[in-house]
Amino acid sequence: MNIALYVIVMAVVTYLIRMIPFVFFRKKIKSKFFRSFLYYIPYAVLSAMTIPAIFYSTGNIITAIAGTVTAFVLSYFNLPLIVVALSATAMAFIAGLF
Amino acid sequence: MKSDFLRGISHGIPIALGYLSVSFGFGIKAVSVGISILWASLISATNLTSAGQTAGIDIIAVGGTLIEMILVQLTINIRYSLMAISLSQKLDKNFTLLHRLVASYGITDEIFGVCSAQKEKLTPLYMYGIILISAIGWVSGTALGATAGQLLPESVSNALGIVLYGMFMAIIIPPARRQKSVLIVVILSALTSILFKYLFTAVSSGFAVIISAVIASVVGAIVFPVGEENE
Repeated sequence: MNIALYVIVMAVVTYLIRMIPFVFFRKKIKSKFFRSFLYYIPYAVLSAMTIPAIFYSTGNIITAIAGTVTAFVLSYFNLPLIVVALSATAMAFIAGLF
Repeated sequence: MKSDFLRGISHGIPIALGYLSVSFGFGIKAVSVGISILWASLISATNLTSAGQTAGIDIIAVGGTLIEMILVQLTINIRYSLMAISLSQKLDKNFTLLHRLVASYGITDEIFGVCSAQKEKLTPLYMYGIILISAIGWVSGTALGATAGQLLPESVSNALGIVLYGMFMAIIIPPARRQKSVLIVVILSALTSILFKYLFTAVSSGFAVIISAVIASVVGAIVFPVGEENE
């Protein structure tokens, strides 16, 4: 089968999944339960994506822990996203040198 | 208004760097299953999603059916619908139909995470900034990986693997520190995710994330309902 067909199908399905709710949800959600659920969902998604995956992210548990601790400490003190992300990477890289 | 766009760009830089390293791996994999550099880059430009694309090229590689492609994309990417609903609640009034049609292209886990952590309403320009820089990172990483996969020293590409997770921690930890409810939801979600990783290993990682997040958020919504004031 032509690869173009596959790519079009992939792209259209993925776009519709994002577009339909984004375009058609116009009203403010009234349900307190659903609003609370939506308030927590981003933090819950990021947490589940990060743990335990962060410990496997560098291919070496020691460098991953070095980066994780760095990210934890810096974000605890409210440093900007990019500072935390790049410092964690730098620390994982440095730990990998030993 | 222009500053909204620039703010979006600056918030998107860690995402773009993370995407660059992740999509680099996607580019290498795409070429290894026989997909050209151009097609690999086109897939990244039109899909902007890691898990869905990786599953997609596996189907292309073995010549699977289009039905299979549709079902796989639906199951892996359905989480974006939930994110789109959540984001739809905090859009600025400038978000017209056309803006919604364009910006929905860029709803990814990371862009969603950063956007939903904003205190202000989301403007189209802010989202375009963050999406533009992220998509540039994603597509150029794919092209680079597909072209010159093995050129980056392993020590650098390994260390880059943590960049996105570092950013996630920077999003989660400050609110978890301020609000006990967020802290508990975050811990619950992480614990559930650990259970899936080591115990219920048959569940794919995409599903594991969704199930963990939904369980933790349902518990959070029941035990700590959110009032109008702290949204």
